[in-house]
Amino acid sequence: MSDAATGRPVIDARKVGLTFQTADGPVHALKDVNLSVMKGDFVSFIGPSGCGKTTFLRAIAALEHPTEGDLRVNGMTPDEARKRRAYGYVFQAAGLYPWRTIAGNIRLPLEIMGFPKPEQDRRVKDVLQLVELEGFGKKYPWQLSGGMQQRASIARALAFDADILLMDEPFGALDEIVRDRLNEALLKLWAQTGKTIGFVTHSIPEAVYLSTKIVVMSPRPGRITDVIESPLPRERPLDIRDSAEFIAIAHRVREGLRAGHSYDD
Amino acid sequence: MRSILPVLTVVAVIVALWYAAAVAMNATWVRDQAARAGTEVSFQELVPRTLAQDRPVLPAPHQVAKGLWDGWAGQAVTSRRSLVYHAWITLSATLVGFGIGTGLGILLAVGIIHNRAMDQSVMPWAIASQTIPILAIAPMIIVVMNSIGVSGLLPKAIISAYLSFFPVVVGMVTGLRSPDRMQLDLLSTYNASRSQTFWKLRLPASMPYLFASLKVGIAASLVGAIVGELPTGAVAGLGARLLQGSYYGQTIQIWAALFTAAIVAAALVGIVGAVQAVVLKRMGMAR
Ligand SMILES: Nc1ncnc2c1ncn2[C@@H]1O[C@H](COP(=O)(O)OP(=O)(O)OP(=O)(O)O)[C@@H](O)[C@H]1O
Ligand SMILES: [Mg+2]
Repeated sequence: MSDAATGRPVIDARKVGLTFQTADGPVHALKDVNLSVMKGDFVSFIGPSGCGKTTFLRAIAALEHPTEGDLRVNGMTPDEARKRRAYGYVFQAAGLYPWRTIAGNIRLPLEIMGFPKPEQDRRVKDVLQLVELEGFGKKYPWQLSGGMQQRASIARALAFDADILLMDEPFGALDEIVRDRLNEALLKLWAQTGKTIGFVTHSIPEAVYLSTKIVVMSPRPGRITDVIESPLPRERPLDIRDSAEFIAIAHRVREGLRAGHSYDD
Repeated sequence: MRSILPVLTVVAVIVALWYAAAVAMNATWVRDQAARAGTEVSFQELVPRTLAQDRPVLPAPHQVAKGLWDGWAGQAVTSRRSLVYHAWITLSATLVGFGIGTGLGILLAVGIIHNRAMDQSVMPWAIASQTIPILAIAPMIIVVMNSIGVSGLLPKAIISAYLSFFPVVVGMVTGLRSPDRMQLDLLSTYNASRSQTFWKLRLPASMPYLFASLKVGIAASLVGAIVGELPTGAVAGLGARLLQGSYYGQTIQIWAALFTAAIVAAALVGIVGAVQAVVLKRMGMAR
């Protein structure tokens, strides 16, 4: 709460660079990345394949470590924030454990973090409801469709109520209709919980529909080429996508992506 | 039902070939006998005689079946001539050895994945241990253990463990390392400890691998127990039956013991398979 009051960013990147040392020489996955994300922001990262979206998200989650610059999460290093369980991470694949039921999978972080048993039960029930999977708790992952599995993995990331939700192309493998429904559900959830969300996507409409802030990136080296503050209201029905404002933002994103590409040639 | 026909066909072909081989291999002895007696044998006379010898070079299937039947059902189970008695002696050493080997194998695997030094030092030794012929090392183990006053079941169990720990180590190391990067990263975002990672991810993920190696391991354990009975001239156990059979040219006894060993092995592997099915089903990993 005090973060919002003091205006301190939840995620603060200053001149962040990340270079992978590979057999074929160094790969500059990120270079000179500056970004401030405030509490309650919904930030989308969009850009062509290989521009470092995943790498940046992983760096925030302390799964990769920047080789240059300064990256702070809640004023701490990402590693300290990770140890305080500051974020839930949703990977591109649902990655549910096949030997655990859906409820068991959602319970996993709660067990690890030592929540008391009745509290675990309550939270599992709550998040199952939040992602509209009531009644599926006792099923095994393979008994669910891909979209349901992905929702379960979101529930798993929500269960321990971290302030930050990091999602790497969570809906990438789903069809348009399911994607729309999950996008709506995600917005509702965001409105209910007030979480800060970092969201990677390849879809321009998805980025514009969801975000308060759209970060356009380009590759070689991975860097930010544009940051768009969305003027859209927080309350967004699906048909907002037909509004002139929406189309104008989508246009600017597309231009940004195109500019990033021409830089290559 | 449809799958039983090919199986029966194969069995029938094997039995037929076996009879043909028995006639061919035992004929020499019949002809020698006839020559000694100064008589000629026709083919019609030859065949029945090749299939009814006391000490044939290759016993016919029905002789082996009778030997098996006598050994299993024709004796009190405590009798020295009962195959049940001998099978039990070998089986008990097998099970103890399998238990030791599995326990040791799992412990080594856990050490290997958690400790870099063990990873680099244990595996080469484990592999080297399996390149030494078991027939060379078995007598040494028996003699050394006897000299410190340990005999009977335990030395055999040690040899059995020596053979069975290896597949368990290899399978468990693979299984404990089977979780992919994403599954490990997920636990890292929860700030899970190493022991939590082990109990909640690595161990359950390794179960299918464990059972696959247990099947290999239990068969290897039985071989180990039988081999352990050979060098000492043991008086009991399937190995001892094999050995005595070859001393006295009791080929039917050898074959009956061999088939008993095969049946026991099949039963053991089958039991492991059944446990596997139940465990994986209860874990939700079998569909
Ligand atoms: N562990 C790694 N080792 C070496 N290079 C890596 C590693 N991870 C990523 N890279 C490289 O860093 C660059 C950025 O990769 P990243 O996965 O962040 O891209 P991305 O924007 O998420 O792409 P996509 O849209 O395809 O998921 C790529 O060139 C990639 O090859
Ligand atoms: Mg990616």
